[in-house]
Amino acid sequence: MLPTESKKALSFKRYIEDGDLVIVYERHDVMKPVKVSKDAVLQNRFGVYKHSDWIGKPLGTKVFSNKGKFVYLLAPTPELWTLVLSHRTQILYIADISFVVMYLEVVPGCVVLESGTGSGSLSTSLARAVAPTGHVYSFDFHEQRAVSAREDFEKTGISSLVTVEVRDIQGEGFPEKLSGLADSVFLDLPQPWLAVPSAAKMLKQDGVLCSFSPCIEQVQRTCEVLRSDFIGKFSEIRTFEVLLRTYEVKEVKMDTSSMVGESHEEDNEGMRPCKRKHRSNEDVTVSQDNSSNATSVVMARPCSEARAVLAGYIAWRTVNSTPALFSDESLPAEAKDKQGLDYKRKMDDGLWTFVDMASGRYLWRNLKEMRENSQ
Amino acid sequence: MELDKDQTVMSEDKKPQDPNPRFACEGCSVLLDVNDGDRLVFARLSGGAILKIGNKNYSLKPLIGAPFGSLFQVETGEDGSFLSRIFPIKQENSSNNVMDDSRDNREIVDNNEAQNLTGEEIEAMRREGAKGDEIIEALIANSKTFDKKFQLSQEKYKLKKQKKYAPKLLLRRPFARSICEAYFKKYPARIGFLRVDALSLLLTMANVTAYSDVLVVDMVGGLVTGAVAERLGGTGYVCNTYKGSAPYPVEMVRMFNFSDKVLERIVQSSINELSSANTASPEGNNQQEGVCNAENNINETSSTSDIMVEEISATTEAGVVDIVVPESKVIKAAKAGAKASKETIEMWRENGFSSLIIAAQDQDPWSVAKDVLPLLSYSAPFVIYHQYLQPLATCMHKLQQGKMAINLQITEPWLREYQVLPSRSHPHMQMSSFGGYVLSGIRISTT
Repeated sequence: MLPTESKKALSFKRYIEDGDLVIVYERHDVMKPVKVSKDAVLQNRFGVYKHSDWIGKPLGTKVFSNKGKFVYLLAPTPELWTLVLSHRTQILYIADISFVVMYLEVVPGCVVLESGTGSGSLSTSLARAVAPTGHVYSFDFHEQRAVSAREDFEKTGISSLVTVEVRDIQGEGFPEKLSGLADSVFLDLPQPWLAVPSAAKMLKQDGVLCSFSPCIEQVQRTCEVLRSDFIGKFSEIRTFEVLLRTYEVKEVKMDTSSMVGESHEEDNEGMRPCKRKHRSNEDVTVSQDNSSNATSVVMARPCSEARAVLAGYIAWRTVNSTPALFSDESLPAEAKDKQGLDYKRKMDDGLWTFVDMASGRYLWRNLKEMRENSQ
Repeated sequence: MELDKDQTVMSEDKKPQDPNPRFACEGCSVLLDVNDGDRLVFARLSGGAILKIGNKNYSLKPLIGAPFGSLFQVETGEDGSFLSRIFPIKQENSSNNVMDDSRDNREIVDNNEAQNLTGEEIEAMRREGAKGDEIIEALIANSKTFDKKFQLSQEKYKLKKQKKYAPKLLLRRPFARSICEAYFKKYPARIGFLRVDALSLLLTMANVTAYSDVLVVDMVGGLVTGAVAERLGGTGYVCNTYKGSAPYPVEMVRMFNFSDKVLERIVQSSINELSSANTASPEGNNQQEGVCNAENNINETSSTSDIMVEEISATTEAGVVDIVVPESKVIKAAKAGAKASKETIEMWRENGFSSLIIAAQDQDPWSVAKDVLPLLSYSAPFVIYHQYLQPLATCMHKLQQGKMAINLQITEPWLREYQVLPSRSHPHMQMSSFGGYVLSGIRISTT
């Protein structure tokens, strides 16, 4: 799916080969991914298409069925993939994906952590953004979905960029070995606030955390945890709602004759309400214009049925730099501090929340108690 | 999880090549966030750079070498006021009993008599070296109405005073997102009202990724070019194309802090050169001339934008728009915008561009599109941004009639920001209702 130094994904000279993944486009809302195989055929309402006819043709061209009807064969992109992939879970669509990738400040070379993987819609776009030198570590607690995601990434050719692991991020947090390595972390979980402390450990300074939630209560809870427990660690906490509105474009006859002094009955035979309704349901082609007073105008208006786009709330945080990360390591490590991240120093600065990851309960550490222990 | 993959990634991270720089070095461009988003200022860090907060000037020297994300506060010492780095301490979260708080503002009269301390007394305190927090405590103690306020109103009051008497400065790295947001707030016309979500949509829909060749018609000051270059990360090309003989200015690219590797990838070439069957003119002369012209163009525009730090501010409580004093020297001339070499143009003719972004203000989209679309590979996605809907509708219609593209769609991005605080969650008071329209599609073979 993604271009490499030696092979352009899209090119006038790129021809379809056996084994390629292509997107078969019938209409803007009827598309499907197909793996080209020289002995296979595609059957749809237009007839039968032999894959062998496709091999050797350039992408972006028409191919014909035995009945003479055509479809287009397109190169896969993460956008098209999002529209054709099989939904094992509710997915993110382009509005949210584009916004998330922008705000997570993902550029080639970045390391991004994601949980949950779901159907891999966002993962594919993240892989595109970090290519060729970065990496996406994606986690999902559902074993079967992780397997399906891995298969999809193989199909689309991005498996060298994405690693999927089965893990319960809410319960266990992210793996220790990734601590301090993540440029960005993305959470799409039912209870993201449980994963926030671990995400904070994973992030580099000035890294960005994003949590996506369909419900405002989840966002509120997450924001509360971030603000109260990690003041000084996270700054610039913002919440957004993103939507897309599509427009339909039609060519419509408008009667531009003046209202005064003309009889509409005779002149504009085609303009009576009932007939006009019929005409405006047609697609774009202009029919014969017998009235000299009517002009053809191309008009746009919002679609009456909006496509089901999940408008989620996205809460952003940026990890501030913390002094503890630069302090010397000569301080005695706390008994609980297995990670060697100098918890003691950080704890002196304020009240910290420890989340018992296994049970999801909050354990509170009193500041005073910490000071006593250190003396 | 494959262990070797992790190790490779981890060792890559230990290398100096962090994709996003983490420290503010001398000469780099930074974004200064004063008081949590109230005021945004772009600056180029040098020994002489100064920022004015309130009515005092502060040297930006302490910022050099600090990690991005550091917080600074105003301090008063023997030599006057300066910025010093602070490490924030957790404050007690007292919003727990909000529901029991029955205070309201029915008795509070806004007659300017609530505060006992006068301006001179406050100024005297400041001169004596009182910390910002101490001044705020004094203000609260001397306020007749403070105790009558609802708890959340008290917090709001405190925050307001903090912003005035103990302003904080956050050092942020400029990124496509922050640059776009800042311009959209203050000078939206310069970027054609291209809002952040619209920009992000352009980048995604145009499938911008490493090793791709993106053709751009950028008449929004270089914002789109810079954003594309950011996503290319030093591979592939972003080619700015233009009608006529002079490329459109792209001075915003300088704010991105691009490395040379990335800057090399930003090139320009006129539509004629890209479309014509042969590049008629000899390579040597034209190339050099082209490069000279381009550099002169960039240098001219850069000298004007280099002097002033871009001052972008939202509605501020302080209410004053300040200008930053110019630095003493021009730091670095941009290398972006070099003319595309003949070999590269040949390569593009052979392969076609992998995608196209048009952000052309005041131009009819169709007249631009019909010239540049043929330069795209088949199955290549394209996006056209425009402020107004009607020209895009006409363009879409013509593309459909000419059967030049499929999957055509006009989208309007919608963005709403929320304030999420306990008992105080609501959408922001102001929302941008207008961020332009985007026409997207995929180019197909017409045969």
